[in-house]
Amino acid sequence: MTQVWITVAGLIATTAAIKASGPLALGGRRLGPRPLAAIALFAPTLLAALVVTETLGNGSELVIDERALGIGSAAVALWRGASVLPAVALAAVITALARAVV
Amino acid sequence: MPFAIAAGLVGISFGVLAEPVMGAVATLVMSAFVFAGAAQFGALAVLADGGSATAAIAAAVLLNARFITMGLALAPSLRGGALRRAAYGQAMIDAAWALANRGGGRFDPDFMVGATLPHYPVWIAGTALGVLLGEGIAMPETLGLDALFPAFFLALLWEELRTPSGRLAAALAAALALTLLPFAPAGVPVIAASAIALIALLRPPDATLHPDLPVFGHVHAAEEERPADEGQEAVP
Repeated sequence: MTQVWITVAGLIATTAAIKASGPLALGGRRLGPRPLAAIALFAPTLLAALVVTETLGNGSELVIDERALGIGSAAVALWRGASVLPAVALAAVITALARAVV
Repeated sequence: MPFAIAAGLVGISFGVLAEPVMGAVATLVMSAFVFAGAAQFGALAVLADGGSATAAIAAAVLLNARFITMGLALAPSLRGGALRRAAYGQAMIDAAWALANRGGGRFDPDFMVGATLPHYPVWIAGTALGVLLGEGIAMPETLGLDALFPAFFLALLWEELRTPSGRLAAALAAALALTLLPFAPAGVPVIAASAIALIALLRPPDATLHPDLPVFGHVHAAEEERPADEGQEAVP
């Protein structure tokens, strides 16, 4: 339990510090177009990496299991214009159904 | 706000998954005072695998590192003293930050705070509900709850795939993360893949990303998609 509370305290401190660092670092200065373009690409790169590692990763192994089917279904739903909530719910339902069948 | 409802669902799944590992009180304290879903799930995954507090915190810091760059992007749009700027930084969450983006590197900080506020009670209530449910659910995986997290990130990613450079960067990052996964410690593939964004430093800015920048000295067609902004500086 000690490890749990050290983790909780560590996350509170580091998250607050990280979130404050950007606004405090630059003051009111403006960034050039290339740094801004790079910053704009941090979101798609991080999100894409999180999607594939959370979908296909199992520890340090790559596996294709029921999660891939669920996330794939969500991708099709988003592509067909579904909004966030139905797509996310579909991922859970399809994953659960696939596990029930297998 | 569909994202707030989704955050509630993700909060429920966090509560369900965290309660057996961390206990009810620590789970609720974490959601109330950390309020960063990816970092919380990352730290939880390490603890659930028997990892140390140090490893759990390191994983969370790596997953939170995006807030450094997001905060740097936000910084020029902020006014006021250090405390006020740091306070705006605390209100950063992925969806609200993205929604407050006004293009050309400018943000609407008050809009971001307004978009973040509904997430906070929903996140804590979702966690609490999840903790209660978690005591009744032996195997959250049978309900597919572990799929909520990547699905939520996929929905956020979808908004970023509208530009060619966003699609290219996402594809390269996904490939790099999968390549590194078998070799690198947990959390490292994701942060390493985000370095793909730095390719933007090597080439001229993408006009579709920053339509109002005077690249090549003419106004771009994407101009009419953006809301009228009064604060634009005249080019000297």
